[in-house]
Amino acid sequence: MKETQTIETKTQSTATTERLAGSEAIIKCLIAEEVDIIYGYPGGAIMPVYDELYKYQDKIHHVLTRHEQGATHAAQGFARISGRVGVAIATSGPGATNLITGIADAQIDSTPLVCITGQVGSHLLGSDAFQETDIVGISTPVTKWNYQITKASEIPEIIAKAFYIAKSGRPGPVLVDITKDAQFEEFDFKYEKCARIRSYTPVPDTDASKVKLAADLINSAKKPMIVWGQGIILGEAENELKAVIQKAGIPAAWTILGASAIPTSHPLNVGMVGMHGNYAPNVLTNECDVLIAIGMRFDDRVTGNLDTYAKQAKVIHFEIDAAEVDKNVKTDIAVIGDAKNSLQQLLPLLNENRHTEWLKEFNDLYEIEFEKVIKKDLHPTKEGLTMGEVLKEINKQTKGEAAIVSDVGQHQMIACRYAEFKNTRSNITSGGLGTMGFGLPAAIGAKMAAPEREVISISGDGGYQMTIQELATIFQQKAAVKVVVLNNDFLGMVRQWQQLFFDKRYASTEMTNPDFVTIAKGYYLNARRVTKREELADAVEEMIASKEAYFLEVCVEKEDNVFPMIPSGASVSDIRLK
Amino acid sequence: MEEKQNFTISVYTENNVGVLNRLSAIFLKRHINIESMIVSKSEIDGVYRFTFVVIIPKTLVRKVVGQLDKQIEVIKAYYHTEDEIIYHETALFKISSKHLYDESIQKRMKFRRAHIISITENYFVIEASGFKKDIDNMYEKLKPYGLLQFVRSGRIAITRPKMAISELLQEIN
Repeated sequence: MKETQTIETKTQSTATTERLAGSEAIIKCLIAEEVDIIYGYPGGAIMPVYDELYKYQDKIHHVLTRHEQGATHAAQGFARISGRVGVAIATSGPGATNLITGIADAQIDSTPLVCITGQVGSHLLGSDAFQETDIVGISTPVTKWNYQITKASEIPEIIAKAFYIAKSGRPGPVLVDITKDAQFEEFDFKYEKCARIRSYTPVPDTDASKVKLAADLINSAKKPMIVWGQGIILGEAENELKAVIQKAGIPAAWTILGASAIPTSHPLNVGMVGMHGNYAPNVLTNECDVLIAIGMRFDDRVTGNLDTYAKQAKVIHFEIDAAEVDKNVKTDIAVIGDAKNSLQQLLPLLNENRHTEWLKEFNDLYEIEFEKVIKKDLHPTKEGLTMGEVLKEINKQTKGEAAIVSDVGQHQMIACRYAEFKNTRSNITSGGLGTMGFGLPAAIGAKMAAPEREVISISGDGGYQMTIQELATIFQQKAAVKVVVLNNDFLGMVRQWQQLFFDKRYASTEMTNPDFVTIAKGYYLNARRVTKREELADAVEEMIASKEAYFLEVCVEKEDNVFPMIPSGASVSDIRLK
Repeated sequence: MEEKQNFTISVYTENNVGVLNRLSAIFLKRHINIESMIVSKSEIDGVYRFTFVVIIPKTLVRKVVGQLDKQIEVIKAYYHTEDEIIYHETALFKISSKHLYDESIQKRMKFRRAHIISITENYFVIEASGFKKDIDNMYEKLKPYGLLQFVRSGRIAITRPKMAISELLQEIN
């Protein structure tokens, strides 16, 4: 994160103290934190805040989603594309519990969110009152921090802390639960942004001696390989990473959340690691001599079987969160700190290098993957459409400028494998939690945060129907999201596993789907269905040309599989091409 | 499989509602049974100290302590092996008064640093402190007399090495 967060600066507090109700104070806090869009859903225990939102609608635009889950996912999309804190708001009880999936997703994918929930009056707490739920208890394991406010006077300090905690260090979601009486109560309001919490060190200082050790090891390596994660994007260290790999000539691969930090076309970008990642970086993880992990956490979907993961390599781990070091993979050198700062220190210590032979190994394996997998995906000769060729067409027509927001499943793996990115913060997807239904609402949030960007939501027919009601939000907000559904009438990824590991017993994975085009039209979206290859280019062109939201259903081959694949529990080097 | 051993975990925290829930959730997430737990004031005003005892492998305790330590309200978390700490537990035994003058009970009490803290017509209460095994031993010895009630505290522990929380707080203040 930015260095300023470690410096003890208190920003200008609001000039004077004002006598305000808690509800109005909440809005003033949001304005002071430069929040101009929030996502939410009203209800009894949060009504005083909504009443203030009505008065302040020129300052804060409230987006009414059609389900609270949509509000958290939209706030996530907002945060992921912009780097700002996403804000979601809901009432007590079911409103609050409906936020949980998005909060859990934000926690595991390190997304800065502030979620505000209403709560029953403090005199009713614990009495099983109407729409009472212990949301602080429920959200504890899936939040970076949470707090229940029962007095209006706590509001400024707690909301200031919430924003500071959500955004600083390794970002994450914060939930603030506010009792209804605290919303009504009047108090003397004064706002100061939070600049420091004594029990919390968001950005540990990079230890220069560790950087030196890392540099020495990298300089002596014959087959170094970098795997970067979202830490590069969160730490705004894209340029530093690029400088490091270029100077030292190191092939660099990415995790799903690291995608787009460096352009797809960069010659040292060797693709995605992990279960459905590229062949070369997976296989060569087990052949490199120094593995340099930056801003990633060795998720099991990345490492496969840990007992056979990179055992031959010395491992260097650049990481902001000390608890991630040695959690899954034992490191030889850990550089704990901010990625940007650490890489800036590393760069001058690195020798200029070219690992031509080593890079050729990546290119050779890419050729194998191309012949066995990619060619069939992107240039199919069979009749049925592939998901890959849809991505290829989108790449072509958006020239790699679009932000791709994917859901979870086969289409997600295809999107992450084949989308071509020119700009950072362009791949928005649910990585750690694997939340079906994430894509559509996240795309709404992304589009509203960056209206100048082309935002394309890509979902499967399964996940799409988990949050399909957010089409109404698209229509009401006039958010020009391009919605693509790759429809194979199956829960495709589960079906693939059933085919490969459960003798084709397709238990509850075949979907009898509605007419998606009619549904989209019912929400007043322009909509089109493609069933034949010759219609695809024209349909994508029409979608991209549309100034408004647009729905495109592409009926793809029903039983295609995503390869390469590291079967669950197998080694990265045992990745299957078929 | 790496061998399990006793670890005492000390966690210094801010005094806020919900911290216990947040810390215990980390043990729950990894399916770790907490053998004992005590919360108390610490040597620093306003700072609370949690003392957990767990029986887990060393690599795991490191990971757990890392995850405890990163919680916003945690000032610092440490783990200690048995030889790094001085520790005690306290237990209370409620026994029928008909055994009050039984010599063998009196003998045990002398031996185990125990004393009677309450006597009534019907019962008396023995307080004992020591290591877990001492209290277990006393429990076995007193059981034949018919324990009306028994309760034992969690472990309290002081570390031999310095933990330097005050210095840490000064540094970040």
